[in-house]
Amino acid sequence: MKIQGSEALLKSLIKEDVNTIFGYPGGAIMPIYDALYGYMDKINHILTRHEQGAIHAAQGYSRVSGKVGVCFATSGPGATNLITGIADAQIDSTPIVCITGQVPSQLLGTDAFQECDVIGISMPVTKWNYQITNSKEIPEIISKAFYIAKSGRPGPVLIDITKDAQFSEINFKYKKCEKIRSYHPYPIIDQNKVAKAAKLIDESTKPMILVGQGVLLSNAEKELIEFSEKSGIPMASTLLGLSAVSCNHKNYVGYLGMHGNYGPNVKTNECDLIIAIGMRFDDRVTGDTSKYAINAKVIHIEIDPSEIDKIIKTDVAINADAKEALLNLIPEIKNSSHENWIREFKECDKLEYKKIIDKEINNKGNKILMAEVINKISNYTKGNSIIVTDVGQHQMVTSRYYKFNKPNSNITSGGLGTMGFALPAAMGAKIGQPGREVIAIIGDGGIQMTIQELATIAQFKIGVKILILNNNFLGMVRQWQELFFDNRYSFTEMENPDFNIISDGYRIKNNIVEEKKDLDKAIKEFLKCEESFLLNVIVEKEENVFPMVPSGESVSNIRLE
Amino acid sequence: MKGKGIYQVKSSEKEIKEYTLSVLTEDKAGLLNHITIIFNRRKININSLNVSTTEVNGVSRFTIVVNSSKEKIVKVVNHINKLIEVLGAFLYEENEIYFQEIALYKLSSKIFMKGDIVEKIIRKYGAKILVIEKNHTIIQKTGSKDETQSLYNELDKFNGILEFARSGRVALSKKKRKTINFLKQLEKTKSNKLNI
Repeated sequence: MKIQGSEALLKSLIKEDVNTIFGYPGGAIMPIYDALYGYMDKINHILTRHEQGAIHAAQGYSRVSGKVGVCFATSGPGATNLITGIADAQIDSTPIVCITGQVPSQLLGTDAFQECDVIGISMPVTKWNYQITNSKEIPEIISKAFYIAKSGRPGPVLIDITKDAQFSEINFKYKKCEKIRSYHPYPIIDQNKVAKAAKLIDESTKPMILVGQGVLLSNAEKELIEFSEKSGIPMASTLLGLSAVSCNHKNYVGYLGMHGNYGPNVKTNECDLIIAIGMRFDDRVTGDTSKYAINAKVIHIEIDPSEIDKIIKTDVAINADAKEALLNLIPEIKNSSHENWIREFKECDKLEYKKIIDKEINNKGNKILMAEVINKISNYTKGNSIIVTDVGQHQMVTSRYYKFNKPNSNITSGGLGTMGFALPAAMGAKIGQPGREVIAIIGDGGIQMTIQELATIAQFKIGVKILILNNNFLGMVRQWQELFFDNRYSFTEMENPDFNIISDGYRIKNNIVEEKKDLDKAIKEFLKCEESFLLNVIVEKEENVFPMVPSGESVSNIRLE
Repeated sequence: MKGKGIYQVKSSEKEIKEYTLSVLTEDKAGLLNHITIIFNRRKININSLNVSTTEVNGVSRFTIVVNSSKEKIVKVVNHINKLIEVLGAFLYEENEIYFQEIALYKLSSKIFMKGDIVEKIIRKYGAKILVIEKNHTIIQKTGSKDETQSLYNELDKFNGILEFARSGRVALSKKKRKTINFLKQLEKTKSNKLNI
């Protein structure tokens, strides 16, 4: 029996186990939305209020569920509105398949209404893209899209389908893609490298593991713990690696990078061996690379060969999936312990606690500090919630103070630093893990970039908690202006709307906390609420996030004040 | 102790040299754009580019010549290798390849009126006369850029070059390799799925 291309698309998606799509209709994708009308029992489509909301939601969905996130958008502006999210998914290795409608193939290149060369525009920010102009291609291309998006180092794929290809009929047959001769997502592990790495590990006296998102993406959490416990090596996490290891693990020594913990940053230059797993030595982690890991040999476990030796020269590179590499490495290493070395980290923690943490969480001032809010939420939820952050000071404070206890619980825009990410990503996360508590933590700047998604949350009754840490400033930029631009606060102060009235307008329960005495009660009420809830916490206006490695300086120069 | 970062590359890897990239790809529209974006993003100018079919049906070869440092170009090659439709990208220095370019010179027929001097030059350079028309003659020379340029310079003295065009470099590696065997090997590897 012949079916239209649009229906073939939906059947293909179902074959790929897709049951949730985030999207926004429009002229060039109408045949697909028409077909969707007949598939409402099999596919849950969430109508966002902006295509950027759809793609960030798909990202949040993917990051908590491990599934491929899917979104629909129409041609022209619909497609271009996806681009920020696609770039975000590319740099943060999130598997996404975007389906965009396109003008009929005979109109391509004529500047037709809502025509835009989305293939050209998305080329640098997708793992793969393809334009379908013939409905016969649909099953094969969709199966390829899913295979490419989720295999190896995951990433976003965009498939543009012309309107005529959506209409014309085909005989539907589906075969899952298992191989592409020019694409080799899982490099064959080199056992010589494994042996060399094991030797370096056994010989080291001050080794350190850097945990990246690759551990989460390859589900290597268990293997990582086994590796760390057998070798006795302390583990530090990158921003996107957070939650791969429970913050309560005895070998966990904290969070790396510009606003990370004191210990793992300064110890980077004291350690004699770095074992980097599924991370890419981002400049926010390394600071000045010429003064990074100066005493250390480097083992890099990385699935993407182009990341090896890109920033930091390795002594041994294991080009493989993180789980596979750890499974191979664990039997090769000796049982060992590094208690004195780990104790050195704990000494650093004490210093950081005294200089920063104590003052922040036991704040004696009148104004609420971001850290005390996050610390309370971390304690009340026992580190078991999914935390979705936006970009800026609140993001760094959350990364520092939320003590993650379960994997795939830290959803944030790391590489691209996309403000506006958190609210839609949290919706997607809640849909991806409906049984878990999802808390979006957002600044007053970021929430206004995608605030329209409150309507999606209300319409689809997505029980996501929204916490605004509101200082009426673009806080991170203000902090830099204070520290590095002579207090010249150029366009960082914000005169904000009343977020509670806005929330009322969207019919979302809400509360505001302005005084410290009300904070505990408000957080409890916020966490107890079964439905979505927006909590607007007015925090200290000019707070700085410390520790801080000033941009371009050595990690050793981390400032505590 | 010195650091291990990108700023610590060996001086030999920083030296700007001419490199030739030979990239075998699936024959797919848009791939040229995909590849050039990678150079553009790093502000590397492409000196010459040639795309052609190979002896294997459906497989294309891009030959790209750039001036770059080893450190930079290796990362470009790694990035090109990441493109889904790229079968393999190879980096060569000049001594590792056989390479040629082709140049066409449209000469005004006037300059042949000055005795046989121009003909002698053409013969000296091993150039070939392609077409003789009433007003102009087209000659062709293959060789390195230096060689075709040198002929250009000689002919230019007569003020009779009407038009000139030079192709991109085509190159084959000196290594013993057969494209079809390379492809067979690619098809055999079990790197399509996780083997755990």
